[in-house]
Amino acid sequence: MAKEQTRGTFAPAPGAAPPARMILAQSALETRMLLRNGEQLLLTVIIPTLLLVVFSSADIVDTGDGERVDFLAPGVLALAVLSTAFTGQAIATGFERRYGVLKLLGSTPLPRWGLMVAKTACVILVEILQVTLLVVIALALGWSPHGNPAWVVLLLVLGTAAFSGLGLLMAGTLRAEATLAAANLVFILLLLGGGVIVPLDKFPSGVEHTLALLPISALSDGLRDVLRDGSGLPLGDVAILAVWSVLGLGAAARFFRWE
Amino acid sequence: MDSSPPAVAITGLVKRYGDKTAVDGLSLTVERGLVTAVLGPNGAGKTSTIEICEGYRRADAGEVRVLGLDPVRDATALRPRIGVMLQAGGVYSGARAEEMLRHVAKLHAHPLDVSMLIERLGLGSCGRTTYRRLSGGQQQRLALALAVVGRPELVFLDEPTAGLDPHARHATWDLVRELRADGVSVVLTTHLMDEAEKLADEVAIVDRGRVIASGSPEALCHDGAENSLRFAGPPGLDLGSLLNALPEGAKALEVSRGAYRIEGDIDPQLLATVTSWCAQHGVMPERLTVERRSLEDVFMELTGRELRS
Ligand SMILES: Nc1ncnc2c1ncn2[C@@H]1O[C@H](COP(=O)(O)OP(=O)(O)OP(=O)(O)O)[C@@H](O)[C@H]1O
Ligand SMILES: [Mg+2]
Repeated sequence: MAKEQTRGTFAPAPGAAPPARMILAQSALETRMLLRNGEQLLLTVIIPTLLLVVFSSADIVDTGDGERVDFLAPGVLALAVLSTAFTGQAIATGFERRYGVLKLLGSTPLPRWGLMVAKTACVILVEILQVTLLVVIALALGWSPHGNPAWVVLLLVLGTAAFSGLGLLMAGTLRAEATLAAANLVFILLLLGGGVIVPLDKFPSGVEHTLALLPISALSDGLRDVLRDGSGLPLGDVAILAVWSVLGLGAAARFFRWE
Repeated sequence: MDSSPPAVAITGLVKRYGDKTAVDGLSLTVERGLVTAVLGPNGAGKTSTIEICEGYRRADAGEVRVLGLDPVRDATALRPRIGVMLQAGGVYSGARAEEMLRHVAKLHAHPLDVSMLIERLGLGSCGRTTYRRLSGGQQQRLALALAVVGRPELVFLDEPTAGLDPHARHATWDLVRELRADGVSVVLTTHLMDEAEKLADEVAIVDRGRVIASGSPEALCHDGAENSLRFAGPPGLDLGSLLNALPEGAKALEVSRGAYRIEGDIDPQLLATVTSWCAQHGVMPERLTVERRSLEDVFMELTGRELRS
């Protein structure tokens, strides 16, 4: 009858949006989901801020010579990267896998690589917000940063890569509940044992040398070398972070189970 | 002349989870432009099969072509052309219904009008509600909207009406009929036989990972099917004498006290034989009905009566 002339409401017109538009939309959605989640904000904003303010203002931990804030600010910046790239991303992705979000997105035109780019963009965006906030607070607390900002950015990027790989590895292999528990536990352990607020030289020397190989230690130590001591590029720390990045991202790419 | 490949062509599909074989050599062809219902007991392998067609799970053996494409190798080409409604979940727990729908619309080149879809599926009151706070039926309707918003050629709906109230169920049926009328191929799974009977052009019954029967609902109900004639009367009628009057191959039984069933080819002649036998014996056959087997009868017969898990 009239079917030939009038195309119905649901007449097929399939097609993917341009990749850039898909990735932009996905990044925006992921960021909104993250900022809307109270627990995530506690982890990524409130805890680092509180640690910075409390430990700078009161003499709770012996941070060695110099202003406490000069020791703490680099450590808390490292913690911010840990909280977003590792803990937050692992928990969010774990539950997305569990609740079929990855499955549903997998049936849309958004390619998997596009999803990963969007997740990375979201992590970077949140980190920029965190770093801005923490830098402003630290400056208000009398922080005087040194060094080459380019090395700071390089260290932050490498740290993000290393923690993202480890976070995605965890989210893609463990059950969501296990990821939730493990990611929080790791966060606390690395907070205490990664040179964030407690200097590593407070530990026995054997332990200290092992702890120094952790990505969080390399990041906080590297940032401290540059920002507090004004040194050049801390090659040792950069190497440690690069190795963790390659291992973490490689293992995540290899073992991430979408099903 | 339509030389385009079928919507779905599956041959010898096998899917194992550990040492459990969920799909065991399943073969199925789904024609374009039709509504095809996949029926089967819980755990029969329906979701596994559908998710392999969606490219989400990988087959252990067999060949699967969707719109002529390999769901894994040709995923990029295939995904814009299909729409998927998952059996459960699929949405960020913190996303609002409308937000998620608009998002998926943005991933497509020519999406449907989101506001229209929201209205059609009665989601207007849930637009601002986050997914985890939607009722089960509202989550279902959102999932259906997500499947069609990209104007796909083929949609997979995994139990689209599970948990829906009668109103929402009818809205879903109307939508499926409209999809079909507009040229969209639909594959759906369901446990509701009347749904399959009303909605589907083709039905495939799956049990233990294989298709054990397929065809149009009418064909399935007739095929080799014995129709039956029922009536009620005084208990303890002499069925032997009735049987003598009936043609060869017919059966007569007292199913329960005073409830009789005649099985066989029920034609006008047989009906006349039964009523005249009743007249001779002074029996008034009450509630006399000729029954065709329903899809449910066929399903129960084929898959066994006991519920398997
Ligand atoms: N991811 C999985 N891991 C292990 N076993 C699975 C998995 N998915 C499904 N199974 C098993 O495979 C079999 C078939 O499951 P499937 O979900 O395909 O059935 P179904 O026909 O969709 O059932 P239902 O009608 O209950 O939705 C079941 O026995 C189930 O336990
Ligand atoms: Mg199922």
